[in-house]
Amino acid sequence: MNLAGRDIRHNFGRFVLTTIGLGLLLMLVMGMGGIYRGLVQEATLLVDRIDADLWVVQKDTRGPFAEVSRIPGNLEDRVRAVPGVLSSRAFVSTTIQRERNRQPLRITVQGLSWPEDRGQWLPLVAGRALGQDHYEMIADESLKLPLGAKVELAKDTYTVVGLTRGMSSPSGDSMAFFTLRDSQAIQFDLSGEAVRLERAARYGRASQIDLGRSQPQVIERSRGLSSAIPALGPPAISAVLVKVRPDVDPGQVQLLIGKWPDVSVYSSDGQRDLLVSGIVDRSRRQLGLFRMLLIIVSGIIMALILYTLTLDKLHDIAMLKLMGARNSVILGLILQQALLLGALGYVIAYYIGQWVFPAFPRRVVIIPEDLWQLAGIVAGISVMASLLGIIKALRVEPSEVLA
Amino acid sequence: MTANSGDHSAVLEASSLTKVYGSGHTEVVAVQDATLTVARGEVVALLGPSGAGKSTLLTMIGLILPPTAGRIVIGGVTVFDAHRTRVNVRRFRRQHMGFVFQKANLIPFLTAAENVRLAMEINDMGRRAARRRAAELLDYLGVGERADHLPAKLSGGEQQRVAVARALANRPGLILADEPTAALDSVRGRQVMELFRKVAHEQQSGVIVVTHDHRALDVFDRTLEMEDGELRESRTVSQAQ
Ligand SMILES: Nc1ncnc2c1ncn2[C@@H]1O[C@H](COP(=O)(O)OP(=O)(O)OP(=O)(O)O)[C@@H](O)[C@H]1O
Ligand SMILES: [Mg+2]
Repeated sequence: MNLAGRDIRHNFGRFVLTTIGLGLLLMLVMGMGGIYRGLVQEATLLVDRIDADLWVVQKDTRGPFAEVSRIPGNLEDRVRAVPGVLSSRAFVSTTIQRERNRQPLRITVQGLSWPEDRGQWLPLVAGRALGQDHYEMIADESLKLPLGAKVELAKDTYTVVGLTRGMSSPSGDSMAFFTLRDSQAIQFDLSGEAVRLERAARYGRASQIDLGRSQPQVIERSRGLSSAIPALGPPAISAVLVKVRPDVDPGQVQLLIGKWPDVSVYSSDGQRDLLVSGIVDRSRRQLGLFRMLLIIVSGIIMALILYTLTLDKLHDIAMLKLMGARNSVILGLILQQALLLGALGYVIAYYIGQWVFPAFPRRVVIIPEDLWQLAGIVAGISVMASLLGIIKALRVEPSEVLA
Repeated sequence: MTANSGDHSAVLEASSLTKVYGSGHTEVVAVQDATLTVARGEVVALLGPSGAGKSTLLTMIGLILPPTAGRIVIGGVTVFDAHRTRVNVRRFRRQHMGFVFQKANLIPFLTAAENVRLAMEINDMGRRAARRRAAELLDYLGVGERADHLPAKLSGGEQQRVAVARALANRPGLILADEPTAALDSVRGRQVMELFRKVAHEQQSGVIVVTHDHRALDVFDRTLEMEDGELRESRTVSQAQ
């Protein structure tokens, strides 16, 4: 005869409420783990998806995600000339925040090296890759921009031609993909006034130096377009992505480019490590700590619940002893209830989580390993939590029946 | 069982049982040097005023509270001697003893039948046999129709009869009952006493019943009386009749 089950049946309402409460608590524990996994996944998503063997960045920086990296645009061509390199493309990424329909719209603007890279590697759920080198964008669906939507950015109007799913930047912002030139236009957008002031300042500087005084053409040029001034060069890019020929060891190429005095080179794995150990690490530890606290709180609450459940039955337990029941009967009663409470709480946590987590603003990733680990932890705290009750139950004297 | 006592016709031989509660000036001598023997098939009534030590004597015999001094032999086995319990108390209780108290003390989350079955399952009886015997006992005690009710849904008297069924379930050699019929009307009370007698005779068990109900004394083979912790034989009912 299963005493635990019959006792629960008798106190059904209370048991259900208790289980739901515990379930919600465990859902938080589960969510904490999932948020951490989500952070890591979001952080490394781009590195994983973008299909590059090597990342070339500004010397001694941990760019382009962990810190700012600026390298000249022509580095793309220098890298392409290295033996063993299959392809190289520029990487430009910048996060902007604009308003749209009175809602803040945060976009990580990602440049694609037109025409080699049109975004065909992106997980498109609707529309197509970029079809022309201007005024088109591929947006992540989390931006809630429909296909065909027009977005005003930096004096130009861009049309959404494709939609991706689940593309977010390492800091969790939704991404949109433009050609490199468009993305630079958005990044370095200046107001007309700022451009005029910059030109005036340039003019002032030029007219104060000998070269300006002796060469009127220089002064003239300094008032014109930036791109018309050879000394200024094209705008900087963040990194160069390198794809190595399949028959070549990427490590060799990394060594070769790494010897250049103006750049640092990371492998894809190295870049991923930088992201995880840099950007995500503190959040991870914070979440881990919080998760630990929640587990402890759950354990304490469970212990309290199980202890009171046992206290309520102390008279019955004394009677069981008086009837000559083995301790295993009494232990079984308490432990089974503890494990059932834990197990049902866990199941509730799982199902509520499945329902609630997708609505979280940032990604929550529940992986089987974490589920197993949490199941083990719940089983552990169930047993630990019942100890208090068990000790109390084993101490009760059968003579207390008579009291 | 290792037989290590002389009188094999006795279910219970208790000698010089003494129980002292507390110590110093709160010391209470609840039972003083009580010696009694209960034969197989014998039904004994234990009478006495409140506070005389009847319950205390019964709990000592039932291995619920250890005596301060004395020796207890049950079914030929020395269970308590020289201040120490000599057997596995739980196993001994479930195999050889049945208890009924003034309160039924049923497990509240088990139905009447389950309460009776539990006693047998604890004692490793098979489920089916336990089920059958529980039904028989409850029928016999007139609560068969209430078998599937929880204790809270039963009257005090019905609960008490379920408790009696539970005490008898394992066919114990020694049945100890402390005012079992206080919650019953005199007819039902008498019925329970007669059941004890029937069981004692059929199973060759010994029964000790603490009672205040003098109307049912004729059911008993023998009556013991306690006063101020001291036990004495009052009269043999069968001889008086
Ligand atoms: N746990 C205890 N601690 C101290 N004294 C106790 C304890 N239990 C009983 N006593 C005392 O021992 C004496 C005998 O008590 P007991 O309960 O055995 O009497 P009883 O004959 O069963 O009385 P009643 O007919 O009222 O049930 C009483 O004086 C009582 O106060
Ligand atoms: Mg009493």
